[in-house]
Amino acid sequence: MKTMGIVFSNIHDKELGELAEKRTLASVPFGGRYRLIDFPLSNMVNSGISKVGIITKSNYQSLMDHVGSGKHWDLSRKNGGLMILPPFGEEMNGLYNSRFEALKNITHFLKRSEETYVVMSDCDCICNADFADIVRRHVGHNADITVVYRAKDIKPDKERTILDIDKDGRVNKVTVTNKQSGVKNVYTNICVMNRLFLLNILENSAELGYKSFSKDVLVKGCKNYHIYSYEYKGYFASIDSMANYFKHSLELLEKNKRDSLFNSDGANIYTKVRDSAPCRLEDTSIVQNSLIADGCVIEGTVINSILFRGVKVAKGAVIKDSIVFQESEIAQNSRLNCVIADKQVRILENRELSGHATHPYYIAKNVVI
Amino acid sequence: MKKKKCIAMLLAGGQGTRLYALTSRVAKPAVSFGAKYRIIDFPLSNCANSNIDTVGVLTQYQPLILNEYIGNGEPWDLDRSYGGVHTLPPYQAKKGGEWYKGTANAIYQNLHFLNEFDSEHVLILSGDHIYKMDYSKMLAEHEANNADCTIAVIDVPKEEASRFGILDFDESKRILSFEEKPKKPKSNHASMGIYIFKKDVLVSELVADEKNPDSSNDFGKNIIPTLLKKKMNVFAYGFSGYWKDVGTVTSLWEANMDLLGENPLINLNDSNFKIYSRNRPLPPSHIGAGGRVLNSIMTTGCEVDGTVINSVLGEGVVIEEGALVKNSVVMRGTTVGKNARLNYAMVDENCTIGENCVLGDETSDKNSITLIGGGVNLKKGTKLKAGEIVEREE
Repeated sequence: MKTMGIVFSNIHDKELGELAEKRTLASVPFGGRYRLIDFPLSNMVNSGISKVGIITKSNYQSLMDHVGSGKHWDLSRKNGGLMILPPFGEEMNGLYNSRFEALKNITHFLKRSEETYVVMSDCDCICNADFADIVRRHVGHNADITVVYRAKDIKPDKERTILDIDKDGRVNKVTVTNKQSGVKNVYTNICVMNRLFLLNILENSAELGYKSFSKDVLVKGCKNYHIYSYEYKGYFASIDSMANYFKHSLELLEKNKRDSLFNSDGANIYTKVRDSAPCRLEDTSIVQNSLIADGCVIEGTVINSILFRGVKVAKGAVIKDSIVFQESEIAQNSRLNCVIADKQVRILENRELSGHATHPYYIAKNVVI
Repeated sequence: MKKKKCIAMLLAGGQGTRLYALTSRVAKPAVSFGAKYRIIDFPLSNCANSNIDTVGVLTQYQPLILNEYIGNGEPWDLDRSYGGVHTLPPYQAKKGGEWYKGTANAIYQNLHFLNEFDSEHVLILSGDHIYKMDYSKMLAEHEANNADCTIAVIDVPKEEASRFGILDFDESKRILSFEEKPKKPKSNHASMGIYIFKKDVLVSELVADEKNPDSSNDFGKNIIPTLLKKKMNVFAYGFSGYWKDVGTVTSLWEANMDLLGENPLINLNDSNFKIYSRNRPLPPSHIGAGGRVLNSIMTTGCEVDGTVINSVLGEGVVIEEGALVKNSVVMRGTTVGKNARLNYAMVDENCTIGENCVLGDETSDKNSITLIGGGVNLKKGTKLKAGEIVEREE
């Protein structure tokens, strides 16, 4: 059962605003030391996949810097390993706008591959899932496509892909809608397909009239293809706005969610190693309910917050309900409340910055306040 | 292949008997240090930071964890297709085999390794000190002096000089005399056990030393005195900076404590001279709403709901509610149960300290550390006095 992986790195870039202005969604920092792409990459590697293609579109320098040769995920391999798949060729007339168009762009990569199955994941599927189990079920059902869903209580606030499932797990109907509410089976944007099946629909997309993966392949195809479902029950988050990024980040302060994401059955989440020194908490520090990464030096107060690697918090500074990225410095007696401070931000003395949980105050990379 | 200018041989076979329970299952260089490191990270990182890309690590005592830890050398950038890190255990040859008899004999038994790379110079290191040193500067002086051998030297307090190999040198840094642990030291210039030899000189000296049945095949006791007797070019290289032997429980504890405070004695946060290590991929540490961590360092994966003062916490350490950890070193994977109290304790990897345990008493201090060996499971309510040692039963 040889399986390869495909990760989409630019989904929802626009919705995320400034956070993804100078980087792909895939390289958005998350959870104190990770980038979003660490989750799908680690899930794939932990599931025995040793060949992963990352589809990129724009702004992918930070992503390439992060993943490098793939060695931190054990994906620096002689056979397979990590492959960055940037836009290719002229025939597309510009950059693709959907997952389906992006897949058409990598047809040659899929053709050259030998794996029987393909696992696809968005870069913001934050979870710790065993893809090998999904593939096993896919094979057991003799399915063309197996879609991973979770049961979620939804409000009619944004567009989601909802699945109707029969008692055998077969998907009868797929609806892309922003009108439903209540507990529904929501597609996670993780799926498994037979590679040849995928190639077939990509090559015949013009005749079939397919432009979008959810709206066309799933919605139109579910009568003709064997589409089966797989329920993922662990912690799951996807990021499509700054508010939702903020909410899901701070959720990690809850132990059960942290355990589900990081300590699931020995499956670790890998990331680029930076060899920071251990974090140091001084005599004057007060740290409560917070995640502190290596390299931090804390003399002030940190409450309900997440500090990435190498953050410095001076005496008298108070950080509350905030997320501070790598190597930012907060000087004496400054106060942050509901703030997202990007990398290498410097907050000088006696500053007060405040946002709201639904509208966190964002400070761009390298800014001095 | 292009010849290497200098390769390193790292002596990592020592048992470290004065670390008691900490070295019953691992070699001294593999003992945990400073939350996320093992002692051997320091010489290996120094090599990485000194452009030395070929290192032979001579192992002997309990090599399993050390071998696994070094692995392909990737964390220290020593995974090279030509060079890189090689572990060199004693081996069986056609004419029989034997254990490494002394530091010099260990290198002698691996002359084939030196000859394979055939570098101009060989750097000899040991795995029992915590220090940051750019060996390339020492190599530059060694070459400028056209020395046969250069010994790194640090000035130690006069009253401690008799514990070290003490040497005396002239204005040009040429070494005049060397005495191993002298009763009446002539100076306070101590050998750091770091040598750079011209490779050809090293090979011929080792071969000659091996033929001498009276030799104990040791660099400090035999090789260096012989070089001086022969009036060869032996120079000192002065080093000033943090350098700490961590061969005893007290000194290992002190070195850990040296990492605390606003201006720690050794700076591990220098992006131009990083200390590399191999670590488990764990999430950042979480300090709970009732947790309190003062004047301490910790690394990833910890969960702290108790109080930690003047202490060092390794990877994935759990401090439960109501526990008080003071003046202590808790190494990776250990859990300290509810309301347990630790004072002047060192707890090795993967231990469980049960609820309400008390380690240490009012007489505890750095000279009477309560020591718990790796994998020990202390039952609820166990009370241990200052200086007590508990080891896992076989």
